[in-house]
Amino acid sequence: MRKPLIAIGGFAAAAIAWAAIAGPGPDDDKLVIDGVEITTETETPEGHPLDTIYSGWRFRSDETQALQVDDFENPALVAVEYAIELWETPAGTSGKSCKDCHGDVDIMKGLRANMPRWNADKGKPESLEHIVNASITAHQGAEPWKWESPEMLAMTAYIGMQSRGMPMTVKTDGPMAEWIEKGKALYYTRVGQLDMACSHCHEDNYGLMIRADHLSQGMINGFPTYRFKWQGLGSLHRRFSGCMKNIRATPYKRGSDEFVALEAYLAWRGGGLDIETPAVRN
Amino acid sequence: MQLTRRQTMALGTAAVAAAALPLPAFAEENGWEKVLAEFTGGADVAEGGVDIGAPEIAENGNTVPVEVAAEGAAAIILVSTGNPRPEVATFKFGKFAAGSSASTRIRLAKTQELIAVAKMADGSFAKGSRTVKVTIGGCGG
Amino acid sequence: MAKIKPRVKVPRKAKAGDTITIKTLISHPMETGLRKDKKTGDLIPRKIINKFNASFEGEEIISVDLDPAISANPYFQFEMKVPGEGTIRFEWTDDDGSVYDIEKKIKAA
Repeated sequence: MRKPLIAIGGFAAAAIAWAAIAGPGPDDDKLVIDGVEITTETETPEGHPLDTIYSGWRFRSDETQALQVDDFENPALVAVEYAIELWETPAGTSGKSCKDCHGDVDIMKGLRANMPRWNADKGKPESLEHIVNASITAHQGAEPWKWESPEMLAMTAYIGMQSRGMPMTVKTDGPMAEWIEKGKALYYTRVGQLDMACSHCHEDNYGLMIRADHLSQGMINGFPTYRFKWQGLGSLHRRFSGCMKNIRATPYKRGSDEFVALEAYLAWRGGGLDIETPAVRN
Repeated sequence: MQLTRRQTMALGTAAVAAAALPLPAFAEENGWEKVLAEFTGGADVAEGGVDIGAPEIAENGNTVPVEVAAEGAAAIILVSTGNPRPEVATFKFGKFAAGSSASTRIRLAKTQELIAVAKMADGSFAKGSRTVKVTIGGCGG
Repeated sequence: MAKIKPRVKVPRKAKAGDTITIKTLISHPMETGLRKDKKTGDLIPRKIINKFNASFEGEEIISVDLDPAISANPYFQFEMKVPGEGTIRFEWTDDDGSVYDIEKKIKAA
């Protein structure tokens, strides 16, 4: 159904009007999870479009923030418990569990912090979901998990959590450079009926209110994330997809080259913020 | 993140204005009075002694943390005056409960008053209420 | 559907007479019955956890009647007077009759 131009104009005018209420910017709260201090703010290197970058946690209400501070309050952790079971359960034709080959999960420390990762055989970078599926199919002889399945979300949250508190970094040289450029181009390209790019909200207007939503810088250090809107965990690519749908654009697919490129660019753009997986957001 | 009163009021007005635009006014009662009457059996309900802890503004109506507390209560019913259906939860405190309070997370469809009625150990009733502003998200919400 | 899994936080030790805080959560979508299937337009039937209770050695600590207005992944926090060592039993009842349970022992401090 086509929306009349007036409605779109009205939305844009309204957005500007609400923005003029001058949203409060990121707050000053410090994130400490079960005694561990998490870096949610950092200065950026030369050439970065933002001077200081902030985790999305800093833009959320006190009540939302409180749910991430404790590993029981955090509703994502029940999914992590499911992953702990999966880690120890034999699967596929191999009859092996993740534990049988990998041992304890802390071997995964640092993996999430450096995603997406270059896969020389495929000739392109991969998200964590690709890596998990490659392993369970090749090494366990199991069926691959769907991107948003409870199993994949639980496992990527569990593996991601092993990098919690580590600064997000991504390889930017060699073959990754081209993908980061691709991601950057996507970030600044207008899409959809509302004809907006990621940058319009997350670079030009972060800290302001869009209606009653407090705009963040769109950082990815907390994914997979428990979102109240989803009433559950969801992947980064789901969030990308949702954002595109909000702009009335046809979203790229989970695991697509476009989303992996965007992920690579955002990993660079948020470099230095600590991983918060699994984070809690709006 | 704390909003100033000015920002809160502006947001509240904005949210109400935005809510009024695309939808018809939802002024009908959802039947909360009847639910409370069933709980009390029509008995008198005193004001006070029942506290509802909730945020002033709920960032997302899906997951609003609330606490109900009423010293000496055997049971507390929590109702919503603005959801499609009024019932939220009923708490009964047993032999080993320490105090009569509990926290949970609830869904609120829009800005509204929450009402909690406690049935005391002596059979009397008391009530408390709190208004929670529920905002409409911009893009992600 | 994702697995329905309970999770509780209970101190492992307490002295008789102590007041302890207990937190509980169960993963459950709490389908309200008011949502519509995007493809068919039909209402998705209600399916919620409608009751939660916690008891110590068979005696009630707290019980809750839940309605669809309780958020997904229902969370409860409450306080308990500890009479001594013993087992706490937590039960969640689904509309479909399933009962999910978990037990935790409290040892003397």
